[in-house]
Amino acid sequence: MGINENKGWSRDQIAARIAADIPDGAYVNLGIGLPELVANYIPQGREVIFHTENGLLGVGPSPAKEEVDDELINAGKKPVTAIPGACFFHHADSFTMVRGGHIDICVLGAFQVSREGDLANWSTGEPDAIPAVGGAMDLVQGVKTIIVFTQHTTKSGEPKIVESCTYPLTGKGVVSHIYTDYAVIDVKKEGLFVREMAPGIDFDFLKSCTGAEIKLYES
Amino acid sequence: MINKIVGTAAEAVAEIFDGATVMISGFGEAGSPIELIHALIDHGARDLTIVSNNTGNGHIGLAALIENKQVKKMICSFPRTANSVVFPELYRRGEIELELVPQGTLAERIRAGGAGVPAFYTPTSVNTPLAEGKETRIFNGKPYVMEYGLKADFALVKCKIADRYGNLLYNKTARNFGPVMCMGASRSIVQASQVVELGMLDPETVVTPGIFVSKVVEISNPLSENQLIKENRRYPWA
Repeated sequence: MGINENKGWSRDQIAARIAADIPDGAYVNLGIGLPELVANYIPQGREVIFHTENGLLGVGPSPAKEEVDDELINAGKKPVTAIPGACFFHHADSFTMVRGGHIDICVLGAFQVSREGDLANWSTGEPDAIPAVGGAMDLVQGVKTIIVFTQHTTKSGEPKIVESCTYPLTGKGVVSHIYTDYAVIDVKKEGLFVREMAPGIDFDFLKSCTGAEIKLYES
Repeated sequence: MINKIVGTAAEAVAEIFDGATVMISGFGEAGSPIELIHALIDHGARDLTIVSNNTGNGHIGLAALIENKQVKKMICSFPRTANSVVFPELYRRGEIELELVPQGTLAERIRAGGAGVPAFYTPTSVNTPLAEGKETRIFNGKPYVMEYGLKADFALVKCKIADRYGNLLYNKTARNFGPVMCMGASRSIVQASQVVELGMLDPETVVTPGIFVSKVVEISNPLSENQLIKENRRYPWA
């Protein structure tokens, strides 16, 4: 956790903050890793259907150990369950849901997000890295609303919200909202607008750890 | 009489030739036809181009096929996973080629190949390194990348239930690439956990129509990759 420790929202609090903004009836794809936490915080009374790109609509919670099924997994290849009303389908149908604009919201992690909503989250571009993209480029182009769930800075304190991404892009101008341990930020044509700051975070501090211009809605 | 059932995995893969393009179903372990892959290792066909979402785990299944130097090129979306050790090593040494394809584009290319569509346009990968060198075109003011349909000589696919016509049902998220790969390959070779009599499958629920399937072998208790990896097993068995 490094420099971010004890300041701003915890990972679970960010997940809960995102979940609070997901409307009843939404079809949602959660990226591998941190975004998976969002499923734990959907407010009671809301019905949200989770999609996993390996072919399941209606992803349920993790199974008890004795109920683990190697052929019932999520995109992160972790065991899941299927809720009553779930359905299975093949990969081309699954990505028709993604690429055809049928999924409402996707929550993804990020290496960097730019002021114009460019996302870099699949490769650090290091020469020794094995390139792997999975479904990230399909999701950012096809899903109606892309939400980024990330720590505000890297472990060494570098801003992850930047003027323009230095890592290879996943997609250009694709991110709508950024939820970090410090703030909720909306990506608009006119720039990055801070919708909310975590308790104990002020605007000057937020500016100091953000690599792109940010604005308050009031101004 | 149509009977696509064959007796053994060895018989099922016997026709695969050197230099063939082979689609292999599975998303990680789920849906990976491990017995057919092991039969292909025994068979020994070389210089294969393999189309599969991942590159296999540990030293069994697809990873073992790669380790046995039978694969010249991988076409996949996610070549590294937690248990993927074989591919990264060969790739870093420059001993295997990689064509990296976004997962949805991979599925769509296979479907297009199976449907006789030579190429299509998609916004996926526009403005990224994966679109470099590809034709782009503007539709309604938005840029799209041209991607080619993908065909294969063979597909190796795992399913749950089959009949002798080759009609298939799958199991949960092990379905993944199976149905499109059966369509995208000239010859689809399937391992089924169970083979049933004609008429036992409800025609309303058949997932892969038998016309897309060439051969079926019954493997009633397929090996678990997870279990083999826990036991640190290698194929060929030591």
